[in-house]
Amino acid sequence: MNQTLETNPTLTSNPQMTPADFEPLVKTRQADLIVRPSLSFWQDTWQRLKRNRRAIYSLYLIIGLLSFSYLLPLFVSFDIAEQDLTQISQPPGLGRQSLVVDTKPWAGRFVEEGERRQLQTAPFDSRAKVAGLEVVGEANTESVRLSWQPLAGAIGYRVYRHLLVPSGPADLGLPLGQTDQPGQISFEDRLKLQNISYYYSVQAVSYDGQLSDYSTVEVKPRHAISLRAALSRGLVDANDAEAMLGQEVELKRHLMGTDYLGRDLMARLVYGGQTSLFIGIVAPLLFVAIGILYGGVSGYLGGRIDEVMMRFADFVIALPFLLFMILFRVAMGIGPGESGVTPMLIAMVLLGWPTAAKLVRGQVLQLREQPFVEAAQLMGANTHYLIWRHMLPNVMGVVLVSLTFSIPSAIFTEAFLSFIGMGVAPPTPSWGAMCNDGVKSFMSHPHELLFPALFISLTVLAFNLLGDGLRDALDAKMKG
Amino acid sequence: MGFFRWHSVAGIQRITGMWCLLFCLMSSGSVQAEGLDYESRTIRLAMSQEPPDLNAITSTDSVSGMILGHVMEGLLRYDAEGNLVGGVAERWQLRDDGATFWLRKDARWSDGSRVTAQDFVFSWQQAVTPSVASEYASILFPITNAQAVNEGRMDPSQLGVRALDDHTLEVSLHQPCPYFLGLTAFRTLFPVKESFYTARGSRYGADAEDLLYNGPFTLSKWVHGASVSMSKNPHYWNRDNIWLNLIDIPYITEDANARMNLYRDHKVAIASDLNSESLEGALRERMQIKTFLDGAIFYIEFNQRADRVTRNRHLRKAIQQVFNTDDLVYKVMGSPGSYPTYTLFPRWMKGEKDFFVREHPAQKPELNMEKARRYLDKAKQELGVETLPPITLLADDSPGGQKTAEYLQTMLGQALGLEIRVDMQIFKQRLAKMGTGEFDLVVSGWGPDYDDLLTYADLFASHNMNNRGRYASEEYDHWVEVAQRSLDVSERVHAFDQLQRIIFEDAVIVPLYERGRVYVNHPRLKGVSRRALGGDPNFNFAYIEPPADS
Amino acid sequence: MTQFILKRLLSGVITIWFIATATFIGMHSVPGDPLANEKAVAPEIRRNLEARYGLDKPVWQQYGIFLGNMLRGDFGISFTQKNRYVNDIIREHFPVSAVLGVLALIIATVGGVIWGALTAVYRDRWPDSVIMFLVVIAVSVPSFVFAMLGQLGILAMNEWLGFSLLPVAGWGSFGHMLVPALVLGLGTMAYLTRLMRSSMLEVTSADYIRTAKAKGVPPLRIFYKHQLRNAILPVITVLGPSIAAITTGGFVVELVFAIPGLGRFFVQAVQQLDYTVIMGTTVFYGAFLVIMVLLVDILYGFIDPRIRVGKVRG
Repeated sequence: MNQTLETNPTLTSNPQMTPADFEPLVKTRQADLIVRPSLSFWQDTWQRLKRNRRAIYSLYLIIGLLSFSYLLPLFVSFDIAEQDLTQISQPPGLGRQSLVVDTKPWAGRFVEEGERRQLQTAPFDSRAKVAGLEVVGEANTESVRLSWQPLAGAIGYRVYRHLLVPSGPADLGLPLGQTDQPGQISFEDRLKLQNISYYYSVQAVSYDGQLSDYSTVEVKPRHAISLRAALSRGLVDANDAEAMLGQEVELKRHLMGTDYLGRDLMARLVYGGQTSLFIGIVAPLLFVAIGILYGGVSGYLGGRIDEVMMRFADFVIALPFLLFMILFRVAMGIGPGESGVTPMLIAMVLLGWPTAAKLVRGQVLQLREQPFVEAAQLMGANTHYLIWRHMLPNVMGVVLVSLTFSIPSAIFTEAFLSFIGMGVAPPTPSWGAMCNDGVKSFMSHPHELLFPALFISLTVLAFNLLGDGLRDALDAKMKG
Repeated sequence: MGFFRWHSVAGIQRITGMWCLLFCLMSSGSVQAEGLDYESRTIRLAMSQEPPDLNAITSTDSVSGMILGHVMEGLLRYDAEGNLVGGVAERWQLRDDGATFWLRKDARWSDGSRVTAQDFVFSWQQAVTPSVASEYASILFPITNAQAVNEGRMDPSQLGVRALDDHTLEVSLHQPCPYFLGLTAFRTLFPVKESFYTARGSRYGADAEDLLYNGPFTLSKWVHGASVSMSKNPHYWNRDNIWLNLIDIPYITEDANARMNLYRDHKVAIASDLNSESLEGALRERMQIKTFLDGAIFYIEFNQRADRVTRNRHLRKAIQQVFNTDDLVYKVMGSPGSYPTYTLFPRWMKGEKDFFVREHPAQKPELNMEKARRYLDKAKQELGVETLPPITLLADDSPGGQKTAEYLQTMLGQALGLEIRVDMQIFKQRLAKMGTGEFDLVVSGWGPDYDDLLTYADLFASHNMNNRGRYASEEYDHWVEVAQRSLDVSERVHAFDQLQRIIFEDAVIVPLYERGRVYVNHPRLKGVSRRALGGDPNFNFAYIEPPADS
Repeated sequence: MTQFILKRLLSGVITIWFIATATFIGMHSVPGDPLANEKAVAPEIRRNLEARYGLDKPVWQQYGIFLGNMLRGDFGISFTQKNRYVNDIIREHFPVSAVLGVLALIIATVGGVIWGALTAVYRDRWPDSVIMFLVVIAVSVPSFVFAMLGQLGILAMNEWLGFSLLPVAGWGSFGHMLVPALVLGLGTMAYLTRLMRSSMLEVTSADYIRTAKAKGVPPLRIFYKHQLRNAILPVITVLGPSIAAITTGGFVVELVFAIPGLGRFFVQAVQQLDYTVIMGTTVFYGAFLVIMVLLVDILYGFIDPRIRVGKVRG
C-alpha cells in the first residue's frame, strides 16, 4: 500500500486500476491463490497499528488490566470475602501495629445507693458542670471508657463525641447515648473508633429534661484488636493467647485500602475486574458472533428472507435499551448464591446482537457486488469457499472495530446497572458495584470510589483508543 | 489559517459573554428560598419519595404516614411528648366490651363542615369492606364483627360501631382490648367524609384537591414527584397552638447524599438518614447531630417450615451462640443511635412501672464457640448429615440490607463453617419469597402500629400471617392470648416476659438491633417530633426561634 | 415522500406492538409478587386486590385487555402510586425528562460542533490536544461519577461565593436544569466533538473547498457556508440515536439531582414491580423513539439535498 493514499483520504475511494486488471484470466482452479493471502491482511493492519503509538499503549494497558485481573490471582492469593473489622474503610497504606486487648464487657461505675438518693433529691443547677471527667484505663479503638463525678439533681448523663473542639452546647458532636442505669456515672464507647483525637463531652440531665453545662476531655485511642478477632484471624497463637494480651501484633496489609466491611480493596478490584472485563468482553463477542451468523445469512440470502430478518432486527433495536436491560435482568432473576453474571450477559446479548447483525449484513451486501467476489465466482469458487476466503476476512475488519467500541459500552452498561443496584449480586464484586458502594462514602473515604472508577475509566479509555487505531489501520486498507 | 484562528477566539469570547449573561439572569431570576423563614413561619424539607397513597383507609407506607400525620387527625392523637391525648374526641371511655367517644363540637373539615361521628363510622366500615381491600383492615379486628365483615361473611353495616348522634361514637369490642385507644390514633381509623369520598370516586386522594382535611395542616400543593406543600388549616380546632404556617417540601429524592447536600446548602431545615459515611463531614462542619429510635427492631428470622434445616432447634441455637450483634452495630453499621438488642421489644415501651426492658432484661447469649460447635454437632446428628447443606440467606437490595447480609455470610461461614448463600432480591421479590417460604434465614425488621408491646409480641403467634418463618408453638400462642385479652397490667407484662423467654430459649429469632436514625436539623428549628408512632417526622408542634440578630 | 412516511408510520405501529408484547412477556416472567407488602394481607383481601388489577384472569386474557386498553391509550392505574393513572404519571413526568433531555442535547450538539470545529481548525496544536484529552476523559468516566462531582461542584461554588448561585438539587427554574443537563449531555458532547472533528478534517481537504478558495471566496464564508454546513451532516445523523440515549439515560442524573423525571419513576417501578407503570413507560418510550428516529430521517432529507429519504431506505 502506498503512503500517499493515507494522507489524502479523498482519493482512496477510487480503486486504483491498471490496464492489466482488465486482461482476461486463464481459467485454472488455483487462480485465486494469486490473491494476497488473507494472513497478510492482518499483518498489514498490524503494521499500521504498530505505527499508532496511542493504540499500542492502549493495547499494553489492556493486556495489563487483563493480567491484573486474571494472571495476578494465579501468583498471589486474594481473599475477597475476609472482613477485617479492625480496619474498616482504611485508606491505602502499609501494615500497622495493633494492640491485642480483651473485650470483656465493662460493668461501669455507679454511685452508691444511699448517695444516689441524696443526689437525686438535691436541686439541679443547669450552670453546673460535670466534674472529674476522665478516661478509665487505656483508651483504644476497641473501647473508650469514661467516668465522671456525679452531679446533684441529675438522673442521667448524655455523652457526645466530636472530631473538633466543641464550640458550644449545640456543637458537642455525635450523640453517643444517655446512661440508662440509675446512678451510672460511666460510659463505654465502642462505636467505630479510629486512631485519631476525639473530644468527649458529658452533660447531665435532670428529671424535668434540663441540661447542665458540658465538660470535655480529649482522647486519642490506641489502635487495638480484640483477642477474639486476633485469634480468629490467626494473628496470635491459640496456645499462648492470654500472654499476648497487651502485646502488639502486625495487622494485615491492605495496599489499596479496605472497603466498608474491611475487605481488601485490591482483592476486590482484581476479582471485580474479572466480572467487569468478562461481561465487557464476552457480551460483545457473543453478540458479534450472533451478528455475523444472522447478518451473514440475511445478507447472503437476500430477498424476502433478508427483509423479514432485518425487520425483526429493527424491532429489537427499537426496544429502549436501558429499560429492557433492567426488565430482562429482573425477569431472569438471580438465585441464591449466584453471581448474576449470566442473566446480565444474556440480557446484553438479547438486546445487543442486531446492531452487529445489521453491520455485517451491510458489509456482505456491499461485498457481494464487489468485483473480486464476482471474479472469484466466475473462476468457479463455491459458496463455502467464498464465505470463508472472501466474505469473512473482509467483514472481520469492520466487525473488529465495532467489537472494540462495544466493549466500553458494555462495561459502562454493567457499571450503570450495578450502580442502580440491578447488576451482579453481592458479594460478587464488580467495578460498577464497587463504585456504587464507594459513592456513598466518597466524602470521607474517596479511595473506595476512586479506585474502581479509575479502573473502569482506564479500561474504557484503552478500548476506545485501540478502536480508533484499529479503525484507522483498517480504514485505509479497506478503502485501498 | 490565520484568519480562522482569530475568528475562533472571537467566537469563544462571544460564547463566554453569553454564559455570563445567562448566569446573571439565573441568579436574579431564581431567588432560592432558605430552609426556614421566621417571618413567614415557613420550613422547607426534602422527602425520600412521593407519597404513594394518601387515602388513609388504604395507605400503608411511611411517607404517606408522615403527610397524613399532618393533614388528618383521629379520635386521639399524640402530643409533643408522644402521649395519647384527645384529637377529634374530647372525652372518651374505654370498657371491657366497648368504648364511647364524645367528639369536639369545633372539630371541622377543611371545607368548614363539622367532623361528625358518622365520618368515623363510614371510614371504619370502608376499611373492613372486602372490595376496598385495605391491607390494614386487620387492625380493626378487635371491633365486633370486623373480621367477619372483612372476610365477606357479614355486611359492613354490621360492624360494631355506631353514631349515637353527631358527636357521640359508640364502639363495641368483642373482647377486652387494652390498647384500643392507641389504635384510634392510627391512620386507618382516621375519619373520612362520605359525601366527599363518594363524589371523588376513584380519584379520592389522587391530588391535593381530591382530599378533605381535618388535621392541623392542609395539602395546599402537590406536584407529583416534585413537591408537596402543607399550609396551616384555618378550620383546625387547635389552630392557635400551631405555630408554622407552611411546610414546603420542594425536593423529592431517594438519594440521602443529595438530601444532605441540600441541607449543607441551607435549602432544607432537616436532613434525615445520615450514615456513618456522611457523619464525618457533618461533624467537621459542626452541624448539630441528633438521633432517635424509629421503633423498628431488626432480627434474623428462621424458616421453620417442615423441609428446612433451620427447623432444627440446635442449629438455630448454634447460630444464636456465635452471633456478635455488637460488631454488627458498632463496626459494620457504625452510626450512633442504633442499639444492639437481644429481645423483640424496644427500649422505650412501658412495662408495669418503668420501661419494660429495664424491668425484664432479656437474656444475653454469651459468645461461646465451643457451645456453638456442640449445638452444631447435635444438629447434624438430628438431621442425619455429615455436613449441612448450603443455607440460603434472603436479603433485600437496600444498602443496609446488603451490608448486613455480607457481614452475616462471612461471619457465619467463619464461625460455624456454614455455607451461606446470599439471595439478594429487589423489595417485592424478597417479600414474595418471604411469603412463600423460599429462604432459610432472612433479615427482617418490624415497626410498631400502636403503643403496646403486643404490636411486637403477636408477631410469632402461629396464626399471624406476618410470621413468615411459620414458627408455631402452643406455649407462645398461649401467652399471646393472655396479653391480648387481659386488662391487668402485671399479668400482661408477665406474659410478655414469658414470650421474651421463649424467643430466646427456642431461638425463634436472633435479635440484631434496634434501629436509630441520625439526622441534622437547623439549630433554630425547635419542637420537631421524631417518633416511632403517628408518622415521622412531625412538625405539628414545631416552631422557629427568631434569628439572633433581630 | 408521503408514501415513504406512511410506510414508516406503519412499520412504526408494528414496532410499537412488538415492544408492547416484549414488555408484557418480560414483565410477566419477572418472579415476585407486585401485590406483596411488608405486612401480609388476608387471602380475601388479596383476591380483591388481584381483581382490581385484573391479575385474576389468565395471562392471555390479560394480554388482550392490555392491548385493547393500549389502543385506547389507557395504561391503567399504578400499583404503587395508588389512585394515580399511568397516563397521568407519564404526562406529568415525561415533560421533565424531555426538557432535561432537550437541553442536554442542545448543550451536547452546540458544544460538540464548536469544540469539534475548534479542534479541526487547530489541528495538532495545543487546543486540539487539550480538547481531545478532555473528550477522552468525558467518554471514559461513568456518568454517575460526573453527576456526583457536578453536585459537589455546585456546593463548593455556593460555599465559596457565599450565596446560592445554582441550586444543589430540585426542579423548577433554569438554574436547576443547567448542571444536570450538562452532566447528561457530556458523553454525547464528547462523541459529537470527535465526529465533528473528523468530519471537518475530511471536508477541509475536499475538492469544493479548494475550488472555493481558488475562486477567492472569503475564508469566513467558506467556513460557514461550505465547511461547517457540510461537516455538520454526520452530526445530524446521529442525533436520532442520541435522543434515545439521552432521554432514557437520565436515571442517574434524575436521582442525584432530585429531578422528577420519568426515568426515575421507571427504576422505582421496576424495583416495586409496578406492572402498569413499567408497561406504560416502556411502550411510551418505544413509541417516542420510533417517532424521533422517523423525524430525524425526514429532517436529514431536508438538510441534505443529495439524499432523498425515499431512496435511501428500500
